[in-house]
Amino acid sequence: MLQIQNLIVRYGGITAVDDITMNIKEHETVALIGANGAGKTTTLHAVSGLLKAAGGSITFDGTDITKKPAEQIVEHGVIQVPEGRQVFAKLTIEENLRLGAYLQKDKAKIKENYDKAMALFPILKERRKQAAGTLSGGEQQMLAIGRALMGNPRLLLLDEPSMGLSPLMTQQVFDVLAELKAGGMTILLVEQNAYEALTISDRAYIMESGNITLEGRSSELIDDPRVKDAYLGGDL
Amino acid sequence: MSASYFISQLVNGLRLGSVYAIVAVGYSIVYGILRLINFAHGDIMTIGVYVMLMLMTTIGMPLWAVVIVSVVVSVFAGVLIERLAYRPLRSANEEATLISSLAVSTLLQNLLQMIFSPQKRAFHLPEFFSVRHDIFGIQLSTMNIMTFVAVAVIVIALTFVVQKTKIGTAMRACSENLDAARLMGINPNKVIVFAFAVGSGLAALAGLMLAGEYKTIDPLMGFVPGLKAFCAAVVGGIGSLYGAVLGGLVIGVAEMLFAGLMPTSVTAYRDAFVFVVLILVLLVRPNGLLGQSEGGRS
Repeated sequence: MLQIQNLIVRYGGITAVDDITMNIKEHETVALIGANGAGKTTTLHAVSGLLKAAGGSITFDGTDITKKPAEQIVEHGVIQVPEGRQVFAKLTIEENLRLGAYLQKDKAKIKENYDKAMALFPILKERRKQAAGTLSGGEQQMLAIGRALMGNPRLLLLDEPSMGLSPLMTQQVFDVLAELKAGGMTILLVEQNAYEALTISDRAYIMESGNITLEGRSSELIDDPRVKDAYLGGDL
Repeated sequence: MSASYFISQLVNGLRLGSVYAIVAVGYSIVYGILRLINFAHGDIMTIGVYVMLMLMTTIGMPLWAVVIVSVVVSVFAGVLIERLAYRPLRSANEEATLISSLAVSTLLQNLLQMIFSPQKRAFHLPEFFSVRHDIFGIQLSTMNIMTFVAVAVIVIALTFVVQKTKIGTAMRACSENLDAARLMGINPNKVIVFAFAVGSGLAALAGLMLAGEYKTIDPLMGFVPGLKAFCAAVVGGIGSLYGAVLGGLVIGVAEMLFAGLMPTSVTAYRDAFVFVVLILVLLVRPNGLLGQSEGGRS
């Protein structure tokens, strides 16, 4: 469904992503794992069109989206939950959700997605008239995911959804992702929390300083000594 | 000095402040999204006024039609300026766009001088607008009353647009976080064009109020009121709609009280006084009266 071919992204003079190739099939959950600064977020930004590729191509569903601006890529159903939530803090929860459906025209479908998001995250419904900035970090993450779901994603990109969250909140976020996966959603998950990411995903890519150094089935990678040493804190 | 003189100066200040407020709103909504101070904004007001003058004197159109055409032309001018002078610099730093806006301002002033000559021209509205009304002992012209009503209507309408409509919500999203807004599928260029269109249309209306009051116009007339309106936007807290309105009224009242109450030997410095007010407010409240810190923008 998503084909990243020999992608190169330069960012402020440095080559943050240096010739990577990955693919994601429909209904698949793929994790992109790596340390800080490995180029994971840059990769997602290139897919979303927030950063321009210096080389290579990104194809979604047979359409070349490499050079498209971010707002057009959203139209294809490639929707990102950005790093650090980035909810609109001054806007209400309801307004945040409605913005997620900015390009959606089918009113009934918007209503359906809105109700679905509210059912998934009851806390949002209680507080829908409040400014999103008043929510806790975990609640903001739920809102950011709910907002992305409002856009009818065909491919959901998540950038560090567990960042800065308590273990309990992290668990809730991964529970939601598991639910979405069970519903057939195609997911590309960028995470530093390698254990959770490998547990939930079907396949994974390991990224180091702009390159993909390892790839394979998550169930195998989780037992791979190289992964264990570098990302899972030795013996588990 | 009598109380009624003080009150009439106060009312004059509110009237002038209303005009600043309308112009300041234009500065503020553009700044909110682009972090750009559009110094050509005051000159768009001048364009609007000259369009009105031409239509009234040459074709003799009725005033309501004149105003509509002038607003439309100003909107078109504002959008065109954005397209030609600011959009190509979108990925450049903010200073480059600022300098571009100063260049546009100079260019427009010189173009207007070339086309219409640098001389002042009479700008007469029908008698109806200068008829005086006695309202609770205060003398107000029809134009004064219309100015107050116009400001109120504009504030209410803009509040509705910004708070309740899709484009207004997109505007608020863009001013908070441009990248996140794009991830929603919002095209920032459309929002920016909308902001320029609204600001430019309002500038033309402000120009009508200013020219109607002073009865003369010239190609440089927009620049100083434009600067003062910019001060008003900063005093109120740039990026804030109500801040722009409040700042406009504060600056207008301060200027008129200064001009009316100070000895005539210093009243010539009224323009300078406006900037003193700006500095004083910023010393106490660096983000303006209703402004918030810039921390929220990522």
